[in-house]
Amino acid sequence: MLRFVARRLLQAIPTLIILSILIFAWLRSLPGGPAQALLGDKWTPEKEAQLNATLGFDQPIWLQYLKFLGRAITGDFGNSSVSGLPVLQEIGQGFAATIELSFFAIVIAIVLGIPLGYLAARFHGRLLDNLTVIGTLVGVAVPVFFLGALLKFVFADELGILPPSGRQDVTINATTVTGFATVDGLLTREFDATWDALLHLILPSIALASIPMAVIVRITRASVLDVLDEDFVRTAESKGLTTQVIRRRHVLRNALLPVSTTIGLQTGLLLAGAVLTEKVFNWGGLGSLLAEGIERKDYPRLQALILLAASVYVLVNLLVDVSYAIIDPRVRVS
Amino acid sequence: MLHTGKKRVRRVALIGLAGALVLSISACAESEREGDGAGGGQAGGTLVFGAAGKPKNFDPIFNDDGESFRIHRQIFDTLITYKPGTAELAPGLATEWTPSNGGKTWTFKLRDGVKFHDGTDFNAEAVCFNFDRWVNMKGAAAQSQMIYYGDVFEGFRKNEGDATGDPLYKSCEAKDNTTAVVNFNKVKGAFPDAFGLTSLSISSPTALKKHNADEVKQTGGAFAYSDYANKFPTGTGPFKFESYKPANNTVTLVRNDDYWGDKAKLDKLVFKIVEDENARKQELQSGQIHAYDFPNAADYDSLEENGNKIMPRSVFNILYLGINQKNNPKLRDIRVRQAIQHAINKDQLAKNKLPRGASGRDQFLPEDVDGYTKDVKKFPYNPQKARQLLQAAGATNLTLKFYVPSEVTRPYMPNPQEIGGAIADDLKKVGIKVQTVPRSWNGGFKDDVQKLGKQDIHLLGWTGDYGDAGNFIGTFFGRQKAEFGFNEPEIFSALSKADATVDDAQQKAAYEDASKKIAEYIPAVPLTSSPPAIAASSKVKGLVPSPLTDERFVTVSLDES
Repeated sequence: MLRFVARRLLQAIPTLIILSILIFAWLRSLPGGPAQALLGDKWTPEKEAQLNATLGFDQPIWLQYLKFLGRAITGDFGNSSVSGLPVLQEIGQGFAATIELSFFAIVIAIVLGIPLGYLAARFHGRLLDNLTVIGTLVGVAVPVFFLGALLKFVFADELGILPPSGRQDVTINATTVTGFATVDGLLTREFDATWDALLHLILPSIALASIPMAVIVRITRASVLDVLDEDFVRTAESKGLTTQVIRRRHVLRNALLPVSTTIGLQTGLLLAGAVLTEKVFNWGGLGSLLAEGIERKDYPRLQALILLAASVYVLVNLLVDVSYAIIDPRVRVS
Repeated sequence: MLHTGKKRVRRVALIGLAGALVLSISACAESEREGDGAGGGQAGGTLVFGAAGKPKNFDPIFNDDGESFRIHRQIFDTLITYKPGTAELAPGLATEWTPSNGGKTWTFKLRDGVKFHDGTDFNAEAVCFNFDRWVNMKGAAAQSQMIYYGDVFEGFRKNEGDATGDPLYKSCEAKDNTTAVVNFNKVKGAFPDAFGLTSLSISSPTALKKHNADEVKQTGGAFAYSDYANKFPTGTGPFKFESYKPANNTVTLVRNDDYWGDKAKLDKLVFKIVEDENARKQELQSGQIHAYDFPNAADYDSLEENGNKIMPRSVFNILYLGINQKNNPKLRDIRVRQAIQHAINKDQLAKNKLPRGASGRDQFLPEDVDGYTKDVKKFPYNPQKARQLLQAAGATNLTLKFYVPSEVTRPYMPNPQEIGGAIADDLKKVGIKVQTVPRSWNGGFKDDVQKLGKQDIHLLGWTGDYGDAGNFIGTFFGRQKAEFGFNEPEIFSALSKADATVDDAQQKAAYEDASKKIAEYIPAVPLTSSPPAIAASSKVKGLVPSPLTDERFVTVSLDES
C-alpha cells in the first residue's frame, strides 16, 4: 500500500511541472499585465515599460520561468502583485475560508445525496424516484451563481432570516485562531461567533452543494439499481439473510464504490464552484483570490493557486484510490 | 476476532489522539475580546462601511487608488486639507502656508501640541523628515510605487525607479517647532493644492524607522512592503489602525482619543470590502453595513424607498470621446471633429445612461476648478449640421474604429458598453459607420488605446485628484500622446505656461485661455460628468460627500434610535 501511494505521488511531479510551464506561458500570453493593473489610472506606456523592467517581466520568458522554478522548489512562490503579501500567506488565509465552505458543502451533498439516491433506487419508477430524477436534473442544470443569487434574494432580501454575504458579522469581533470561523468560536468559547459563522455558511454551502449533490444522487441511484440485479444479492436472499443485512452489507457497500470515486472527483471540482459561490457571497477565500488575481493579472498568485488546485486534485484522486482499496479488498490484491 | 480487536484498539487510539489535539489547541486559544478598548456596545458604536475594493497597503506614499486612500484619510493628516464637501483648501496639520522666492519656497506654520498615534510629537522636524524620506527613497521597487510623488515631485535624489528627471524638492528646514520651510528647485503650478494629496500624508518618523518603512522589495514579479505599510501605519488622524484581515475582508480602525481636533464620535470604524456592487446593496439593506460607495444609479429609487439615503458628491470627473488623429487622417480635418461634436446628444446620454445629476459637458474642467470658463466654443446637438460638415469635408463615407472598455466600472462611466452603444447610434445617425471594438480594461484596452493608438475614437475619462486644472487638461493634452495622436504646439505651450504660473489670478487666466484653445481645436470630445454617490442607512449622520471622494469619518455618528 505504501509503495502504491509513493509511486502515485512521484507520478504527480512531472504532471505539476508540465502544468506550471503551461500556466506560466498562458498567463504571459494574455493581453495587459500586472504592471498595467498596478499603475491603474496613472498608467502610461513609459511607466509600464519601466515597471516591467523593475519587476523583471522584460526578461526572456524561459529565464523568468527558471527563476520561478528555482524559488518554487524552495517553497517561495513570490508575492502577490495586488497585495504585496507573500502568495503562500494569502493562500493560507484564504484556504481556511474555502475549505470550511467546501467541507460544509460536501457534507450536505453526501448526507442528503446518498440516502436520496438509495431511496430513489429502492422505490424505482415510483413518485419519489421521478421527483428525485427531476430534482437532480435541475440541480445540475442551474448555474451556481444563479442559485446563489436566488437563495440570497429569498432568504436574505425578502425574508431577512439569513445574512446575504460574508463569513461573519464584522461587529461580532471574533478572535481568529485557525481561520476556520466555526472552529475558532468553539476553541475560544465565543459560541455566538460560531453560531453567526454557521448562519453565514448556510446559503453559500447549499448553493455550492447543489451540483455535487445532484451528481451523487444520480450515481448512487444508478449504482444501487445495478447492484440490486447482481447474482450475489439473489444468492444472499436465497441464503435467507434479512433484508437489512443484505441492504447494508451487500447492496450499499458494493454500490458505494463508484459513489466514492464521484465524491472524490466532485471535491476536486468544488474549487471551480467555489470561485462563483465566493463571488456571489463575498466569501474571502481562494475563489475570491483567484477572481481578483485574474482581473488584476496577478501572475505570482495565479501560478501558485492553479498549481495548488492541481495538487489538491491529484491528492484527492489518490485518496479516492486508497478508499477504493479499503472498500473493495480486491483492489488491494491487484 | 483478533483482527477486529486490533482495529478497535486503533480506532480508540485515534479518537483519543484527536481529542487530545483539540484540547491542547483549545488550551492555547484564548478569546481576545476583552480589553480591546472599543467594543460594539459602547456609546459611539461601530460603523461598517462597504468599500468597493481592497486597500493595497497602509503607507500612503506607496498608494494611488481611492480604496486605499479612503482608509489612509482617517489615519493620517496632510499639511493642507480640503473644506468638507469641496475641493477648496483648508488648514490641515499646517494652519498657514505662504509661498515666497517666486513660488519656489513654501513656509508652513504648523499646529502645536499634535501627537502621532505612537505618542511622539508632530513638529517641523517630523515634516522635514517626511519630505526627506520621499526624495531619498532608495531602490527601483520603492520608487516605482510612489506614483503621486512622481507626478508632483518628478525625480529622486538618486533615480533608481522609473523617474529620470531631477527632483523638484530641494530642502526642508525646521526653523522652530512649528515652522517648516520647504524649498523647491523650480515653480510648480500644482502647489499648494497638491500638498493635500493623501499620498503626501505625514507619518511618524519614529514609527517609520522602527518598522523599516522604506524597505520595499521586488520579489518574483511583485512588490513586498514593510511591516510599517502592512501592520503599523502611524499618523496623527482621528482614527488609529487596529487590524486588516484579508480573509474576512475587513479593515478595523479605532478612535484616537488624543486627536488634535474634535474627537471622532464613533468608537470603531470598520471597512468591509464587498467588491460586488449588488452585494453591497444587499448588505446595506440587511443591516450588515451602514453605508457603501458607488451604488448603481438604477438602485437609487429602491434604496430610497427602503429608507436609505443617496448622497451625491459634487461633480469632479469627465467622460470623453478620444479622437486619434494619427490613426485616421480624415480626423485631422477640423470639420470632421466638429461634426462628431454636433452628432452626439450629450444631454440625452447623461439622462439615459448615467446616474442622477449627470450632465452633458462642453469642456474638460469641472465648474469648481480655476480655468473653467463659459466662453468656450460650443457645439450643440445638431445632426443636420454634422451631416453638412461631413459633406463639406468630403467625409460622407467615414468609418471609425471605436474602442470601448469592458469589464470595468468607473465613477465617470458606470457602464461603458451601454454608453458606447448610445454614442455609436448617434454617430450612425449622421452617416458615420462605426465598428465598435470592445476591449477588456486590464486586458488590452489601455495597450491598444494609450500605447499603440490602434483606435480612431475611444471612450475614456478621468477623476480629478485635486482642484488644479493641470491635473485634468494638463494630463490629457500637455504633450504628444499615442492616445490622441495630434501635435499642436500652441496647446502644449499654453498648458505648460499655465502650470508654471504662480499667481492665482494669472494662473486662472492662463488655464481659461488653454480651455478655450482646447475647445476650439477639439483634440477629444468632452461628453458628460456624473456625480458618484454614497448610499447610507438613515442612521448615519454627519457624513459629508466630497468631490475628491475625500470623506472624513471623524464627524460621523450612528443614530440608533
